[in-house]
Amino acid sequence: MGVMTPAKPNTAAEAALSRALNDELADKGFVVAQLDKLVTWARTGSMWGLTFGLACCGVEMIHCWMSRYDLDRFGFAPMPSPRAADVMIVAGTLTNKMAPALRKVYDQMAEPRYVISMGSCANGGGYYHYSYSVVRGCDRIVPVDVYVPGCPPTAEALLYGVLQLQKKVRRTGTLVR
Amino acid sequence: MSEALKELGDHIAQALPGVVSRTEMRLGELMLEASADKVIALLTFLRDDQKCLFKQLIDICGVDWPEREKRFDVVYNLLSLKNNQRIRVKVATDETTPVPSAAPVFSSAGWFERETYDLYGVWFSDHPDLRRILTDYGFEGHPLRKDFPLTGFVELRWDDVQKRVVYEPVKLAQEFRRFDFLSPWEGAPQVLPGDEKAQEKAAAPAPAPAKAN
Repeated sequence: MGVMTPAKPNTAAEAALSRALNDELADKGFVVAQLDKLVTWARTGSMWGLTFGLACCGVEMIHCWMSRYDLDRFGFAPMPSPRAADVMIVAGTLTNKMAPALRKVYDQMAEPRYVISMGSCANGGGYYHYSYSVVRGCDRIVPVDVYVPGCPPTAEALLYGVLQLQKKVRRTGTLVR
Repeated sequence: MSEALKELGDHIAQALPGVVSRTEMRLGELMLEASADKVIALLTFLRDDQKCLFKQLIDICGVDWPEREKRFDVVYNLLSLKNNQRIRVKVATDETTPVPSAAPVFSSAGWFERETYDLYGVWFSDHPDLRRILTDYGFEGHPLRKDFPLTGFVELRWDDVQKRVVYEPVKLAQEFRRFDFLSPWEGAPQVLPGDEKAQEKAAAPAPAPAKAN
């Protein structure tokens, strides 16, 4: 329990696809694909996550990259610099004092950029919803693509959120955002 | 341990007549009270006296008693590594009367006093740099005062037109609710299976303890 077992590939269909690709390559010497599909495929295969750990959720976020779940195998690598990152994971309680800094870091990210809000506090203030010093949800500061519920969410839940984000990018991704 | 602390309390009260206004032993801990103008003399004595040697200031914190004339207590927690003892010093003050800063006596006092000032609004005179330390830049009010509302006065959001974070008066979708679990209709009676045994035991005389072999 707990460890994801990859779904069994549809071997017959994959073999047929690869045969068709090979035939086309041998036949014409090139393959035709849709550019936006190709771009989103490349994009989802190499999303770099900006590790914005603010509280205990940050520890769970680190677990996600460790050997048990190993986010790296999805091409989702930790990236401490906003300039080179694609996804910001807001993990933890966002306080009023931190909010302008969060927005500044978000503004420094290059387009296309995505935000995963991780945990109750980042989603809507959570335990600190009525506090005088906590932002009631990080979507008051930055636009959020995926919300991961939990207090804190398990590493598996965050991984599922990442997969959902990849699905979203594949579905809505265009060259211009 | 508590005998030694009691002796220490008598020693301090004798050595500094008129400085310690009250000593109290409770739960095996010694507490001294002093007035604001005498606290530096007391802290210096506690640090330097050969029987005390409280060389570490662990924390300075505050207490708010809204019903009192002097509504704040400033509490100094001291540790003596040499004698393996702890002591607590309390000073009462109000919103306007400053307490002399302990920074010249204990170098760690600077940030502790900034914190006490930030959260309670207690003033410290002759502090090298008395400004807020924890709350937001430009924050108004002192959040740990009893009359400070839980949700504060402002909340903030990103304004996409002004391209900056703006502060607005608090608007809550739902008021904060505090449940009274003792009232018969708001909370279910929290009786766990087995709780009735405690009642029975209190009523009946306690059985003789089983002899251990």
